[in-house]
Amino acid sequence: MKVRDVLYLINGQLLSTTADLDREVKGGCGADLMSDVLASIQPEAVLLTGLCNPQVVRTAQMADVAAIILVRGKVPPQETVDLANDENLALISSPFGMFELCGRLHRAGLPSLEMPVSNGNSGCEC
Amino acid sequence: MSDTQKNLPISDKAVESVTRSEELAYELKIAEVMTASPRTIQACETMHEVMVTFRTSHISGAPVLDQDNLVGVVSMEDLIRAMANSDLDAAVRNYMTARIYTVKGSDPVIEALKQFVNTHVGRLPVVDENGKLIGILTKGDITRGLLKALQHDYAHEELIRYRASHLFEDIVSDRTSLILRYNIAKGDFTHGGSASSNIKRALLRLGASPQIARRCGIAIYEAEMNLIIHTTNGGVIRVEIEPHQISIDIYDDGPGIKDINLAMQPGYSTASEEIRELGFGAGMGLVNIARCVDQMKLESVWGKGTRLKIKIFLQKNETVGERYAGNKEKS
Repeated sequence: MKVRDVLYLINGQLLSTTADLDREVKGGCGADLMSDVLASIQPEAVLLTGLCNPQVVRTAQMADVAAIILVRGKVPPQETVDLANDENLALISSPFGMFELCGRLHRAGLPSLEMPVSNGNSGCEC
Repeated sequence: MSDTQKNLPISDKAVESVTRSEELAYELKIAEVMTASPRTIQACETMHEVMVTFRTSHISGAPVLDQDNLVGVVSMEDLIRAMANSDLDAAVRNYMTARIYTVKGSDPVIEALKQFVNTHVGRLPVVDENGKLIGILTKGDITRGLLKALQHDYAHEELIRYRASHLFEDIVSDRTSLILRYNIAKGDFTHGGSASSNIKRALLRLGASPQIARRCGIAIYEAEMNLIIHTTNGGVIRVEIEPHQISIDIYDDGPGIKDINLAMQPGYSTASEEIRELGFGAGMGLVNIARCVDQMKLESVWGKGTRLKIKIFLQKNETVGERYAGNKEKS
């Protein structure tokens, strides 16, 4: 599925202008905590989130996210849009809520790209 | 679904280049894209001579001069009119378009585009500050100029990438390394992540694989946000890039971590409600860092400061790769 297909499925409004809409989307991930995103997301996913600050774009950039979808028709501050344009990242706003959006995209064939995060200790030599 | 379609006006693959070419239309000067010193025609010449000139020079229009002064433009259309009237012996001044729109060579290309739209002419004479003819411009000239500039942009990034990726081969020493240093200010959420972003870009330019760049990006981003959120006076990120490894040092001068073991627990966080509203403080930062790197050392003295040293190995047999946070293997 391509970013432009996602746009269509979710009645999305494209907020950034420099992104490649033919970029391939391999799956999805939904989260509002950026560290959760970084902990669990696999590359080339769409990120569904209710968070609108520029850190969403930074997080997406670090995690090789294919597109960001802001849920519930949220309008991000201009800095967020500017940063998305700088990084050629698709920033999309959709009128639907998180649950509806996950459902629509999953039903259309997008798998979850959220890796399990258990509560075990991670490797660190302290 | 009609709403969706309405929202898809930018469903053109060329979106990226269109916006860049729009930018270029403002950056490029008309003089850079025009045809300089064009073939000109004197007003006293006959239309028959115009026909011969068009044919031999393979052009379809030309500026008309009276001595040195620009007095009009003659085009294929004017020639056809003269031919239809069997009037090829007439002087050019009788058939040329005398009302001339000109553009200045020093103006941006966008001015010429506006003129083309407003006047519907096929070519515009280009003049200098004194009104003297210096060239001729068609829409084809603009297209060629824009394409050339876009190609140039592309070649420039390629060149940067090429130069950077050969950096380590080009410089001979017993041990070559590149050190990047970033000062991170406390509470600077606006620029939060810009250091990690620059580091990730640098690594990709140096030829690092997307996986390596992603792991470094995530680890450094978490550390950068920690400096912004938790330190007293901000801190420093120092990245040393060598052909076989990337070593990252992140340090600050306080307040330090009270209980490192607790801090390493997934979900443990001391972040305020305010920070959590920004999407941080999930208590996954250090866990995430550990997951992305091959070696990690965290030292902290309460009241003094914290130093985090991480390493990512670039040789395939040494690196562990990105792990699930739940994996318990020790690095």
